[in-house]
Amino acid sequence: MNKIVDYAGIKPLLKDGMTMMIGGFLGCGTPEGLIDLIIELELKELTIIGNDTSFVDRGIGRLVANGNVKQVIVSHIGTNPESGKRMTEGTMAVELSPQGTLIERIRAGGSGLGGVITPTGVGTIVEEGKNKILLAGREYLIEMPLRADVALVYASTADTFGNCYYRGTTKNFNPIIALAADTVIVEAETVVAAGEINPEVIMTPGVLVDYVVKGEY
Amino acid sequence: MAVDANRAKEIIAKRIAMELKDGQLVNLGIGLPTLVANYIPDGVNVVLQSENGMVGMGPTPEEGKEDKYITNAGGQLVTIQPIGAFFDTAMSFSLIRGGHVDVTVLGALEVDQEGNLSNWIIPGKLVPGMGGAMDLVTGAKKVIVAMQHTAKGELKIKKRCELPLTAKGQVDMIVSELGVMAVTAEGLVLKEIHRDTTVEEVISLTEAELIIDDNIKVMEI
Repeated sequence: MNKIVDYAGIKPLLKDGMTMMIGGFLGCGTPEGLIDLIIELELKELTIIGNDTSFVDRGIGRLVANGNVKQVIVSHIGTNPESGKRMTEGTMAVELSPQGTLIERIRAGGSGLGGVITPTGVGTIVEEGKNKILLAGREYLIEMPLRADVALVYASTADTFGNCYYRGTTKNFNPIIALAADTVIVEAETVVAAGEINPEVIMTPGVLVDYVVKGEY
Repeated sequence: MAVDANRAKEIIAKRIAMELKDGQLVNLGIGLPTLVANYIPDGVNVVLQSENGMVGMGPTPEEGKEDKYITNAGGQLVTIQPIGAFFDTAMSFSLIRGGHVDVTVLGALEVDQEGNLSNWIIPGKLVPGMGGAMDLVTGAKKVIVAMQHTAKGELKIKKRCELPLTAKGQVDMIVSELGVMAVTAEGLVLKEIHRDTTVEEVISLTEAELIIDDNIKVMEI
């Protein structure tokens, strides 16, 4: 099965109002070619789930600065002044979730789990509006799972079946978001034939992946 | 005792470096805490974690040896040591929340005598977000706050934090340029002071009730 498409083949998959998970940590490991495509398509009202809103000229930060985003669910916005500005103006909603909680919410969403029970955030404003549970004498928050319409994954190398390998610190959210979306699109720096990546180092099994595009940016 | 910000940061970083023990897994926050790595004593080898997905983080790469896919939690280029490993965010925060990180060093906007910490939001003014700080403070075995004792004359070591908390009752130790304080069941204990200050000066610059340790020492830096 060959999942390779070009950027033109991705265009019909991305629509206004979608919820998108996007990989990357301050832009390291973000599929910048797919970001370009969203900007080119002038998509509106997107909900973006990712670690952070990066910098104004990088990754998710470019979508915020370009006005494609209605809401972000992230752990940090401090490196992108456009995020704070839009939040203050009321033109973009920001849900802040502790980083370890956020990744587990995504993992839960992709793993058939009903939520996350975590001590992080107990006694802080993060607990507002959430259920708490006492287990073995310790208080925990119950955090809800997250899913998306589309996951935009960056991979260092992907094969034609969608198996992915991620170099260095590009892993971050990428292997986890690949579990939690209805459609999974991988932008790979290098694309190889199935069988060419050692199965021992594959972090995302290709069965999770719908489309692979060779990165151009 | 009047010192400029750079000298204050150096004093704080040097003193915290002395707290680290051989073999510990340590997470240093962005900014002042990062400086601690420069003062780790000879013979003490710690493993540094970067929460974006690495243990065994090394220093800034030499010119020409940069790798754009090896970054720290501040987005800067770093290196990985031979003992190091890369992983995804779920593994990174299992290390953090699961108690595998021995020491975390973080900055503070405010900290109080009950070990509460505020370092992620000033409502209406500054909303950077908590990033990994809430998980680090909740999960690490020892939480050390690295902070200048006051900010533009404002007292930051409080009876009770006024800003929204990062975590409740998790701070173990506060190190400023003036001294070292430990959060205990009895309250906040002043354990050490800098040689150029006095107990009276530290008390006057601290809103929290300080218990003066019977064996108070001079910071060895």
